[in-house]
Amino acid sequence: MSLDYENDGAFHEKVIEEVLSAYPDKFAKRRKKHLSVAKGAEEGAAGAAGEEGALLSECDVKSNIKSIPGVMTIRGCAYAGSKGVVWGPIKDMVHISHGPVGCGQYSWSQRRNYYIGTTGIDSFVTMQVTSDFQERDIVFGGDKKLAKVIDELEEMFPLSHGLTIQSECPIGLIGDDIEAVSKKKNKEIGKTIVPVRCEGFRGVSQSLGHHIANDTIRDWVLDKKEHAFEAGPYDVNVIGDYNIGGDAWASRMLLEEMGLRVVGNWSGDATLAEIERSPKAKLNLIHCYRSMNYICRHMEEKYGIHWMEYNFFGPSQIAASLRKIAKHFGPEIEEKAEAVIVKYQPLVDAVVAKYRPRLEGKSVMLYVGGLRPRHVITAYEDLGMEIAGTGYEFAHNDDYQRTGHYVRKGTLIYDDVTGYELEKFIERVRPDLVGSGIKEKYPVQKMGIPFRQMHSWDYSGPYHGYDGFAIFARDMDLAINNPVWGLFDPPWKKKDETPVLQAAE
Amino acid sequence: MPQSAEKVLDHATLFHEPEYQELFKRKRETFECPASAESVEAQREYTKTWGYREKNLAREAAVINPAKACQPLGAVFAAAGFEKTMSFVHGSQGCVAYYRSHLSRHFKEPASAVSSSMTEDAAVFGGLNNMIDGLANTYSLYDPKMIAVSTTCMAEVIGDDLKSFIGNAKAKGSVPEDFHVPHAHTPAFVGSHVDGYDNMIKGVLEHFWDGKERSAGTSINIIPGFDGFCVGNNRELKRILDVMGVKYTLIQDASDQFDTPSDGHFRMYSGGTTLADTEAALNAKATLSLQAWCTRKTLDYIGDKGQETASFHYPLGVAATDELLVKVSELAGVEIPESLTLERGRLVDAMADSQAYLHGKKYAIFGDPDFVYAMARFIMETGGEPTHCLATNGTKAWAEEMETLLASSPFGKGAKVWAGKDLWALRSLMMTEPVDFVIGSSYGKYLERDTGAPLIRLTFPIFDRHHHHRFPLMGYQGGLQLLRTILDKVFDKLDRDSEIPAKTDISFDLTR
Repeated sequence: MSLDYENDGAFHEKVIEEVLSAYPDKFAKRRKKHLSVAKGAEEGAAGAAGEEGALLSECDVKSNIKSIPGVMTIRGCAYAGSKGVVWGPIKDMVHISHGPVGCGQYSWSQRRNYYIGTTGIDSFVTMQVTSDFQERDIVFGGDKKLAKVIDELEEMFPLSHGLTIQSECPIGLIGDDIEAVSKKKNKEIGKTIVPVRCEGFRGVSQSLGHHIANDTIRDWVLDKKEHAFEAGPYDVNVIGDYNIGGDAWASRMLLEEMGLRVVGNWSGDATLAEIERSPKAKLNLIHCYRSMNYICRHMEEKYGIHWMEYNFFGPSQIAASLRKIAKHFGPEIEEKAEAVIVKYQPLVDAVVAKYRPRLEGKSVMLYVGGLRPRHVITAYEDLGMEIAGTGYEFAHNDDYQRTGHYVRKGTLIYDDVTGYELEKFIERVRPDLVGSGIKEKYPVQKMGIPFRQMHSWDYSGPYHGYDGFAIFARDMDLAINNPVWGLFDPPWKKKDETPVLQAAE
Repeated sequence: MPQSAEKVLDHATLFHEPEYQELFKRKRETFECPASAESVEAQREYTKTWGYREKNLAREAAVINPAKACQPLGAVFAAAGFEKTMSFVHGSQGCVAYYRSHLSRHFKEPASAVSSSMTEDAAVFGGLNNMIDGLANTYSLYDPKMIAVSTTCMAEVIGDDLKSFIGNAKAKGSVPEDFHVPHAHTPAFVGSHVDGYDNMIKGVLEHFWDGKERSAGTSINIIPGFDGFCVGNNRELKRILDVMGVKYTLIQDASDQFDTPSDGHFRMYSGGTTLADTEAALNAKATLSLQAWCTRKTLDYIGDKGQETASFHYPLGVAATDELLVKVSELAGVEIPESLTLERGRLVDAMADSQAYLHGKKYAIFGDPDFVYAMARFIMETGGEPTHCLATNGTKAWAEEMETLLASSPFGKGAKVWAGKDLWALRSLMMTEPVDFVIGSSYGKYLERDTGAPLIRLTFPIFDRHHHHRFPLMGYQGGLQLLRTILDKVFDKLDRDSEIPAKTDISFDLTR
């Protein structure tokens, strides 16, 4: 199903130049380093499940550098990386947004980390719990208040299995000692309490928040409690699947079918116990490399657990990943993995037969975070679609190294893109679809270009696994082939007729 | 295998399939170490009791599911109501990503704002360079006519001084000396988004008015306040004022900014109060605020400038609209035209037609202070009882105003006011003293799920229903919209409660 296409690199180079000309000189220079055109992969490299290795193609940009002031970066902050991404989905813990009310309010229930549980009783994911700092807390410090918050939450939510303290900007600035409060309260109530120093001004994006959150799991959770648990030979942890729209469940389905036991899921629909017992697993399977490679490296170092990257977007990558994972466990699992691939092949064939003719040759521009700017590329290609440009909000160099495997020659690459750049790129490239976030959705749609949110799956999903691929295909089709895009021009101004496919039935 | 290409199942139904239900069960029983089903059930029951309520209401530190946001959100919304104005929020950048997302999720529209992207070094040395570079970049890239600067709590904690920073930036040539850069300090740890709105409006007016002499004219200024329904409301207000023949300026009008057309072009800026009108508004005869709690400082400032001021609480329904019109007619010296009298009559007529379904209904109402006041008042006009009135960002003074309002009607008897309380507290209130409906924002959907009282979405933010904000709630016409929204819920509930064939469908009536 691999596609053979190339993007117009020379044109993309020109577009980059155009965009940079709008900046004051000093900042044109700085932004230039973040924009590039892919040089193209070597023969046979395309379609390989992404992992660190030899640089197969050059899509070299500077990354993980401070955003320029005043340019409308799309990035978030360390708090978003910790509370919003890593910690927030752990369902049986209460996550305190420690500081003023806003951070917790804006992130409340927005990441679609699905979970099973009784909210407010034994699960707390879709709740906004905050210490709601007032001026006096800034002036006199918030430690006493934090202790009281914990006491009150214990009274409100006695069945919680622990608490985390997600620091907002003021905490680090006023010199609070949340670690001391955590230790003291842990002794008093006997529950895991994790202080996280994820103040929003730390680092340059969400990314440092992921790292800090990983470190706090290492320091405040692992090896702290003994769990009676009988380990098995096929125990794995899924790392970096946040169960957005149920992704982790669609993934778990396949892993179970191939004979593996997912003993812990980090961190969508997870309980604290799943995290605590992780070191007993035989293998760590990491989906979102960016946000959780840190803990994988730690577990490898300390417990000797290997980790392996995989990609469950689209049938090509799913099959390749299932085989790669199975290989680690030997013939018995390999056989089952093959059976899984065979089982789902008719579904894949039917989905492709239905949607590929409707999507063939359509071009896509992506701008997302974490793993998606590369991981979803092959899922689009499985449907005959072509990636014209892609970029990361908060990648590091090792993410771009992994991207070379995926992108074709001439692909436009943009790191920490600004609102201005993205708008201009889209205007000039005019792709058939843009996949990005809520802030980008409406400007793009007003330009008459179909759009899917690729953080939240635009309130759809799951997109992982074979079950997810069918939904992914349906959603891309309904976005691109909806008749509304043909209604933009009033008849008295109409320029051209755009043929629109009928609804897929 | 539940999935198929013919009928693609997504999360809404996929996970109800037996394969997934079994997967959930295996996961739970083998790996999750959950609280026991008995303890969950016991705790669930306990949270419905008066005993739990007492502890819940006694909380002093932990805030759970608050119905308020922080100041800069209000400032960004306020700035969006002025001509070609870009919001520039000085401080950490993640905050700005949050405000933009929050506004976009409600309006289903673009929300533009930039950040000065301060990081650790700025925390140590201050954010002056971020301001200097930031203003220059915003000015070059986004072609604004005005850049409205507000602050995140980071900048406030380290004490950055906007006025001198902006002065410095201008001296360094970031923007021309005469370019408009109003500012407002908007600490997130003081008040809420309604205060951020207030501070930003005041900041804009100070920028245009300070040092100028007022020569009193006949025009009237109207400040709408923080309003997620601004698209519908402001247009309706303008229609009413035009019908009355009033000379007016809406100070802050985001109705076009948050309702741009799909025609192939993205407009970063659309509509808004022009800068010329904003400047000239100093010479108005009077300024009316439609939301007193959104404009406390602004109205004081305007009063000091010599204008007459008056304020309302988000006028909704018959009597509140009457008061607004009477005041406008007094100030502008115009008659209220017959056409509006007719509109009034039609609203009253509609309320009379439906009164049987509304009389005696009990409501919990939550939201911003002005909204809760307005809603309670309208509910009492329909013969309903505003049993629980809650504003997380309501003050003691607000509570007193509410008490006075409730005391003015027999339907307010037994109603209670909850200033500063959150929605987890409201859950207890609704569990122990149940109501028929809850009125508020999308956040109320968790209350609906837990208590069974249907949610009527009538205030910001509404994330999970589309386009409500495009229709007005204000004015007599808006009153019809308000009335119908409530009635739809009442009738839907009647139908839902009587839809089981041969069991409850006795009263599944065709005509109601």
